Amino acid sequence: MGVLRGGMRPFSSALASNTVRYALLIFGGVICFIPLGWMLSTSLKMPGTEFIFPPNLIPRPVVWSNYIDAVTRPGHPFFLYTRNSVVITLTATLGTVLTSSFVAFGFARIRFRGRDFWFIILLSTLMLPDVVRLIPSFILFRILGWIDTLLPLIVPFWFGVNAFYVFLIRQYFRTIPLELDEAALMDGATYVRIYWQVVLPISGPVLGAVTIFSVLSHWNDFLGPLIYTNSVDLRTLALGLRFFMSRTGTDWNQLMAASILMLAPILALFFSMQRYFIRGIHMTGFGGR
Amino acid sequence: MLGTRTQLRRDVLGYMFIAPWLVGFIVFTAGPMVGLVYLAFTRYPVLSPPTFNGLDNLDRMLGDRFFTISLWNTAYFTFLGVPAQVVWALMLALLLNMRVHGVNLFRTLYYLPTIIPGVASVFLWMYIFNPDYGLANYILSFFGIPGQAWLWDPELSKPSLIIMELWRVGTMMVVFLAGLQGVPQSLYDAAAIDGAGRIAQFRHVTVPMITPLIFFNLVVGIISSFQIFTAAYIATQGGPVHTTLFYVLFVYRHAFENLRMGYASLLAWVLFFIILVFTLVQFRMARIWVFYEVE
Repeated sequence: MGVLRGGMRPFSSALASNTVRYALLIFGGVICFIPLGWMLSTSLKMPGTEFIFPPNLIPRPVVWSNYIDAVTRPGHPFFLYTRNSVVITLTATLGTVLTSSFVAFGFARIRFRGRDFWFIILLSTLMLPDVVRLIPSFILFRILGWIDTLLPLIVPFWFGVNAFYVFLIRQYFRTIPLELDEAALMDGATYVRIYWQVVLPISGPVLGAVTIFSVLSHWNDFLGPLIYTNSVDLRTLALGLRFFMSRTGTDWNQLMAASILMLAPILALFFSMQRYFIRGIHMTGFGGR
Repeated sequence: MLGTRTQLRRDVLGYMFIAPWLVGFIVFTAGPMVGLVYLAFTRYPVLSPPTFNGLDNLDRMLGDRFFTISLWNTAYFTFLGVPAQVVWALMLALLLNMRVHGVNLFRTLYYLPTIIPGVASVFLWMYIFNPDYGLANYILSFFGIPGQAWLWDPELSKPSLIIMELWRVGTMMVVFLAGLQGVPQSLYDAAAIDGAGRIAQFRHVTVPMITPLIFFNLVVGIISSFQIFTAAYIATQGGPVHTTLFYVLFVYRHAFENLRMGYASLLAWVLFFIILVFTLVQFRMARIWVFYEVE
């Protein structure tokens, strides 16, 4: 591939191979895009026309009413669901970023006895499937009286429970020269100040990546809210979507409109922070699930 | 040598920093895990306290038809689905690795489905797979293939879910893309001089160089695939005829619908061991086929 590139290749052959490349890329793009486009198209169709077969790919006429109907659906306070999702996502993410970086600082920059032992314990919790945690956590929260509150979806994340983020941030902290800490110590700074004023301000990329992963996972979480909450008032968007479906039939237009509304903030975040996002995956091999 | 006082100060500081995690670990992970071991030997209908019942749960599990069914379904979904995901993700990554103008636009486009909330994606595919008016049957009609019942057909329910997951392989794809970009050009040049064509270069340069990433994606993919829940819970509720009764759904039903927490605890432990064993076996096998570059 390399040697031939830029060598003496006939113009027409280069053109042909570029055309093939674009054709392949576009073909893959179409496959990736069709379901998304279908979601958008359905959300803009006249109610009733979504059941027509063969389906119209382009909505005719284009109507926006599904979006209004979806957010004003009787008995399903869409804005309340949104508020719950926002509250959980923001508070849990704030807790995640603050505590995982705090813990990571200890593991990365202070040489205390037992450090390696605890770090291996931390890493081994990465292997633990969520389902193993599910039942005992439920029982614990029940004892604490936290069932049917938002607390189980927020509080654990203020205790650095996600080992993966601690690991990720620790790896990054280790690339920052230790001389910085020593210089600051000489100037009389405490370790807490070093964490807050020296290390955190230069860790934007990794904190950005953790923020995005965390926002995605809380915004999209389905199982957690399903298990820990019952009241309509505490439903999140992910749970709320389910109620567009009923035994008598599904309002596909409204469901797709609501899905797009749920997707919109995530998309905005993705496009504005794409750099951190991709770098985060490169650093770790994981995405926000 | 450090003075003992300095070391002691460091110890105090160190534990202060890791304290949030340490407390969280004991309260939200270690404690519950120990509890889970105990619960696995109890009868615990949630509303009344657990009572020890020895090996009754184990006995029940071994005779439980649905235990076997859910294991089989999960294995089918995982061992067919994950290799398909890895191959598809690698194909997409190869496309995105081509050096043409505007390739970044395509990278974004290919990744987009992956950030869609899982629930929204499940609903979307339920609509696409609808037997009466779905897009999937419309596309089949172009090729003269009769419409299928997809998720509602016992034969096709699991393959339909596999197709659904294939759409969201963005993370694997980005991992592969990073790996492909890391393969030194000099290796391709050397292979080309030796007369290797594109396909030979792919087989003898690209694939060996990215085996660690194939391995990584397989391990992570299998662990997460074993835990499939949302799609089966929402779209098929385990049906038709239990063909999508996956393991976590099976555990969920016992724990939170039938309120058999004791039995569910045992089932959760069994899944943990299955995942552990598979991961260890994979690491064992990796010695044979994964190529790590020696620096």
